[in-house]
Amino acid sequence: MSDANTHPKKKPVTVRQLRERRRILRSIGAGFGVVGAAMLGFFPVVKNWMERLRPPGALDEDKFLAACIKCGQCVQVCPVWAIKLGDLDEGFGVGVPYIDARSQACDFSCDAVQCVLACPTGALSHDVDVKEQVHMGVARLSRPKACLARLGKGVKGTARGDDFPGLHRYMEVDRWTPIPIADHPYDLDLCDLCERECPIEGAITIERDNFDLNDLRGTPVVFDKCVGCGMCEMICPVDPPAIVIDIRKRWEDV
Amino acid sequence: MSMLSTIAEMFGRTPAKKPDDSAYNEGARVLHEAKRGAEGKKERVAAIKAERDLHPSYKWRNRRWATIILVNALFVVSFSWDVQLIEGSLSASRVFGFHMADLNAALQVTLAFKEILINLVIGTVTVLLLWWLLGGRTFCSWVCPYHLLSEFAEKIHLRLAGMKMVRDYAMHRGTRTVLYIIFAGLAFGTGYTVFEAISPVGILSRAMIYGPGLALIWVVVLLAFEVFVTRRAWCRYMCPIGLTYGMVGITSPVHVTYNLEKCLHEGDCRAICLVPHVLEVTKKGFALREDTDIGADCTRCGMCVDICPTDSLTFDVKGLNKLL
Repeated sequence: MSDANTHPKKKPVTVRQLRERRRILRSIGAGFGVVGAAMLGFFPVVKNWMERLRPPGALDEDKFLAACIKCGQCVQVCPVWAIKLGDLDEGFGVGVPYIDARSQACDFSCDAVQCVLACPTGALSHDVDVKEQVHMGVARLSRPKACLARLGKGVKGTARGDDFPGLHRYMEVDRWTPIPIADHPYDLDLCDLCERECPIEGAITIERDNFDLNDLRGTPVVFDKCVGCGMCEMICPVDPPAIVIDIRKRWEDV
Repeated sequence: MSMLSTIAEMFGRTPAKKPDDSAYNEGARVLHEAKRGAEGKKERVAAIKAERDLHPSYKWRNRRWATIILVNALFVVSFSWDVQLIEGSLSASRVFGFHMADLNAALQVTLAFKEILINLVIGTVTVLLLWWLLGGRTFCSWVCPYHLLSEFAEKIHLRLAGMKMVRDYAMHRGTRTVLYIIFAGLAFGTGYTVFEAISPVGILSRAMIYGPGLALIWVVVLLAFEVFVTRRAWCRYMCPIGLTYGMVGITSPVHVTYNLEKCLHEGDCRAICLVPHVLEVTKKGFALREDTDIGADCTRCGMCVDICPTDSLTFDVKGLNKLL
């Protein structure tokens, strides 16, 4: 027996086999690339980079992200264009609806939570029938020192400037159609816009700070009826707003 | 070619080698025999190709592009002009009030959410029936907006390849099956619809309807990869949506059918095809019967039908031809 037989040499790798190996490696590399790119979506979600105010009826955040099919039907039915869709920087929140209350709050001008009715998956829970059942968050007077009511100041002219594009349905102006807030100037001796424009009855009231009849000053007080729609945050004339929504907060936690 | 082997090939198996003569049926045996002895074939092929090149057909391509643009435009117009014919986007919509849900998006949501959502079931069944009727991966080439962009990327890739500036780094088609399982597992395991974060269909559809965003970067990355590295990388080797619709189309009545008798085996169809493994049957000596239906992974795009100089490849709707 020759040496060659007792120590069989490895067969030389053919060009074909080499190509095949490279092809497999390339496929594995590309596969990892795609899965890796998708998994990057974890960071914004886990780190909670952007806490978003979700539309009425949204399930708990994790469940909401799972159930939402990212179709945007809720965006389409909203009469005040309050709902926007998340972008790449929101990771798994890409295409998931949110509301930027300061620029356009949900004021329930649709009357019947249209976004909930439009949702094809129930990510906006179909258990919600009326606006009073919604829990988006809770309003909080975050900058009491800036609050016009507490300073005893009024509002003359538009609440948010003449070029503010936000919409609101003023029942006394037009029952059915929201109009630009910029088209609705006020003439108030004491600012009570958060109470005045709140779509939920009894959610917020301005309470007088003292019994002195010459002293108008008062403080906005939020009650457990508040659903966190963000109307007060949008209408607040000071910038940044004196009242904000604590997103996803429930009245029990306050 | 049995249905099982076309399914296996869709999941990534390499197509079988040239069959033995004993595998042919009588008609195919006679045809293969006759082709072997034929004389002057080269001249005939040249003449037929010259004839085709004088009058190239773009019939199916044009119809297809018109359909992609029309369907996506309907979504856009319905929202921007508030026509309300179609509400939503390609991931889920209401068409004249009927729920529709993209099958892959619905699968991701169901796996992540772990509850059966009734509206989603309705939408899924509607879409399943629709795309079964229309041919499964017909979705890819007739509706998917990424497919259209990818076709342009492919043209650039081929032009650059012609100038020897890039080459096509092929991948294993099993990649898509592995990715499909990984993304299904991730949805179930993490409770997030992980694939939806990078689904070019969802991203593009939303970008068109609701306005562009940063997510388009991902689409640009994919297109750049297809131009410079791998021809049609996403649609050919990766996209789980394609596999979902491929499975729907396995038994679909709509398909491209191949006629051995007319074919001169010059291979233009395989060169132009997105999924050339489905056209193995057109190689000389591969067809087992006179007529063969093209397999499940075919997107029914009709490029092969357009380019075939001998009309050996045609669209066929099972049952309908008998009726007519």
